[in-house]
Amino acid sequence: MGKTIIKVNNLRKKFDNVEVLTGITEDIDEGEVVVVIGPSGSGKSTFLRCLNLLETPDGGEVIIDGDQINLPGTDVDRLRRKMGMVFQHFNLFPHLTVLENITLAPEKVNGLTAEEAKKKAMDLLERVGLTEKANEYPASLSGGQKQRIAIARALAMDPEIMLFDEPTSALDPEMVGEVLDVMKKLAKHGMTMVVVTHEMGFAREVGTRLLFIDEGKVLEKGTPNEVLNEPKQERTKAFLSKVLI
Amino acid sequence: MSEWWAGVVDTFERCFVNEGRYMLLVNGIGVTIKVSLLAMVIGVIIGFLIALCNLSDKKPLNVIGKVYTDVIRGTPSVTQLMIIYFVVFATINWSKWIIAAIAFGINSGAYVSEIIRAGIMSIDKGQTEAGRSLGLSAKQTMMLIIVPQAVKNIFPAFGNEFITLIKETAIVGYVGLMDIQKAGDFIKSATYQAFMPLVGTAIIYFVLIKILTVALGKYEKRLRRSEIR
Repeated sequence: MGKTIIKVNNLRKKFDNVEVLTGITEDIDEGEVVVVIGPSGSGKSTFLRCLNLLETPDGGEVIIDGDQINLPGTDVDRLRRKMGMVFQHFNLFPHLTVLENITLAPEKVNGLTAEEAKKKAMDLLERVGLTEKANEYPASLSGGQKQRIAIARALAMDPEIMLFDEPTSALDPEMVGEVLDVMKKLAKHGMTMVVVTHEMGFAREVGTRLLFIDEGKVLEKGTPNEVLNEPKQERTKAFLSKVLI
Repeated sequence: MSEWWAGVVDTFERCFVNEGRYMLLVNGIGVTIKVSLLAMVIGVIIGFLIALCNLSDKKPLNVIGKVYTDVIRGTPSVTQLMIIYFVVFATINWSKWIIAAIAFGINSGAYVSEIIRAGIMSIDKGQTEAGRSLGLSAKQTMMLIIVPQAVKNIFPAFGNEFITLIKETAIVGYVGLMDIQKAGDFIKSATYQAFMPLVGTAIIYFVLIKILTVALGKYEKRLRRSEIR
């Protein structure tokens, strides 16, 4: 394993008066695929969204590649460029074609020429197997295709870390596989990934480490084998007994 | 019957033909269009800025936006027009129609800002998050992702506002501009005829707005086409 790339210290987050994260401390190394599981409302998505500051933590620190992201005065945009994010509901830009969705940020943020950005986008589309959709609008794609495009869009910024927020939860069952395949390939290429998911098969196969979050805390962690097959906490056992059928 | 008809033709000639009075209306149409168009441009610019103030997370900007909309919506447009013309621009020697357009633009801006605000808020939060997570700045996200989508949503409401604006300008006579309404009024006074000049005025406004409505409808359809596939 490489150096620590994400460092989270005593992360806290409240929504109104409800404590969603009650103190999470976790280091994530380069090349790790950390899979975050837990019941809904446990705070796992909030944890992920705090990493790139889509949610502002109420306490603690999030350090990305040596820079604390939740400090006033930090260039958040610069740190966000190191992290690609994939959302449950894809969030493709409906007014842009697939190609434009992918080239937008590299052109506007990284200053690539239209030609460079297009070449890069076509390479990425090939990786996710959707070159023929380059000039279509998102509305004409299936859910699985949308999510693969969303992954390509995030990768176009050459991120060092990829964050996945329940990437397959909004998909029809027959489309889950195609998205997981893309993610598996990504993991194999050594991408650092933090994945919030309910796909235990993916967790087992690809995850280097599992975090079980409940009530805003990391209740249990370890290799997929340790957490899924030999859980120590009662709550983990109860949760797994419901999802591992 | 023919006597009645002769009377109608006679009145028509007195109202619109004699002494080239139709030119008053033709020029009036020009004034109405000039004032409305410039006011619309000013209104959109002000409306966008005020909408951004209202949507900002900075308190002072919220206050500016709120006070602006409150004051404009809480006072009659005639009063606003007269204040702008006789007070604010009292010592500035600009063309009347430009000053009037500024007044109407300021007025329309308050309404446009509400339309734009609603349009921007109708865009899913995920769009902003996707933009920001890619490293786009807040401004880039707004201009490249949110606004282009919002424009499609607000277009119908925006067309309505423009139509309202054109009709609103019928009060520019108060500051001595000869628009369609004032021209009709002038003919009424000059000929002692009420029916024809006033109904004629109404017809001209109606036709203008009908043309605009049809054009807007066509354009809206074209805007939608790129989205639905």
